[in-house]
Amino acid sequence: MTTSVTTATPEVHPAATPIPDILTPAIEWFGELGVFLARVVKALFTRPFEWSEFLHQLDAAGSKSLPLVALAGAATGVVLSLQSRDSLVRFGAKTMLPTMLVFSMIKEMGPIITGLVASGRIGAGIGAELGSMKVTEQIDAMEASAVNPWKYLAATRILACIVVLPLLTLTADACGILMGWIANTLAEPISLQLFMNRGMSGVMFTDFLPSTFKTLVYGFIIGAVSCFQGMRTTGGTAGVGRSATSSVVLSSLFIIVADVVLVRLIQFLFP
Amino acid sequence: MEQPVVVSGLVKSFGAQQVLKGIDLAVNRGEILAILGKSGTGKSVLLRLLIGLEKPDAGSVKILGQETTNLPMDELNEVRMKIGFLFQEGALYDSLNIAENVAFPLRRHTKLSDAERDKKVRALLLSVGLSEDLEKMPSDISGGMRKRVGLARALALDPEILLFDEPTSGLDPITAGEIGKLIRQLREERKVTSIVVTHDMHAAHYVADRLVMLKEGNILISGTWEDLEKSKDPFVAEFLSDAA
Repeated sequence: MTTSVTTATPEVHPAATPIPDILTPAIEWFGELGVFLARVVKALFTRPFEWSEFLHQLDAAGSKSLPLVALAGAATGVVLSLQSRDSLVRFGAKTMLPTMLVFSMIKEMGPIITGLVASGRIGAGIGAELGSMKVTEQIDAMEASAVNPWKYLAATRILACIVVLPLLTLTADACGILMGWIANTLAEPISLQLFMNRGMSGVMFTDFLPSTFKTLVYGFIIGAVSCFQGMRTTGGTAGVGRSATSSVVLSSLFIIVADVVLVRLIQFLFP
Repeated sequence: MEQPVVVSGLVKSFGAQQVLKGIDLAVNRGEILAILGKSGTGKSVLLRLLIGLEKPDAGSVKILGQETTNLPMDELNEVRMKIGFLFQEGALYDSLNIAENVAFPLRRHTKLSDAERDKKVRALLLSVGLSEDLEKMPSDISGGMRKRVGLARALALDPEILLFDEPTSGLDPITAGEIGKLIRQLREERKVTSIVVTHDMHAAHYVADRLVMLKEGNILISGTWEDLEKSKDPFVAEFLSDAA
């Protein structure tokens, strides 16, 4: 007597190809971020709004970042002035230096420098603070006492970041232009009035406003990513360190990517 | 409502690990119930499920007659306001001083004037034995003080139910005894129902009217201290030997 044994071969459909392991955590991360943001948005539109905490966060994110952003903007202005001067002289276009400096500062350098400096200063602060609150059960305690942490902690911080980034950008722009003038004047004296007249002569609102207001998006990125990373912290004090680091790294990365998209979008909308 | 806390068929897993495997539990009004068990047996998870910090995989939680497992956030928060939770390390807000920590739930959920709120905060802190250094920050006070402040904060909204997560852990025997006395005193003065998660058998013996022992996600035994003493189960005997 013979028995025949048939072995079923599993049919692999191309559409059923598993997602590579490297992508799974990224997809999960974006999914969790989406759920987190949905909670924050829902909390944001639930009364009452946490005004006092919002004002406190404006101070923490804004005024305390101001010196750093001003310094970074000023340094950028000096470097731009020093680096560009030689090139412009070589092409006989040194009178264009004020225009080039003002355009560079307001259209790109001011916003991106502010975004990156703020992601370091504000992002690390939020990531570490919320991370510490998470691992010491302070966020649980808040939830247990019927206070919505997505509203009290996250929504206020994200909104504060959105509001302060354009203001910080204006500071960086002003400091950069001012220090650019000083650096230029040390090489070849020129009055501030003449420098500004030359610099601002070709600048239009369509140069200034979209570039400044694109930092609203940077603010959203810094606030959202840092709050998310902080509020999902695990692993004690080591986890707090990881959250602070990842807040800075991820928000900086997303700001650079967003910058590419926003610059193209601005060029399309304001040709 | 004679049983403010009723739990039935409660199941909770984290990944592949099933921490609670179908817990049935009811706590009588004014009762102090101690939940005992080895570390990692799901005692703290049970407390977190009671207050809605975790969602169960199956089963039901009724707090003051209301099923809470699927409540929307607003309604869940209404229930939470009737529960005070003392966290293991106090979970005081780092950025607020002692008085502000206790005032936090009052600011959010009551319409007391500043003067009324200050008066209530002082009264709450006095009730847990603190009357000085109310401006100190949490990082500047001892572990025992942190628990007292945490307890005062948990009492701020006059809860009907109190949940204690390891209230005596990390404390010296004298301070642990004082916290135990406070728990009993609260029952006498406020008629609150208390659930105390602990592995401190001395504290459990002193404060609890009834004890529940968890083992491997199930309730191994439930009863008074005397009932546990009569148990022939070697696990129970080993646990009780700690308090001998």
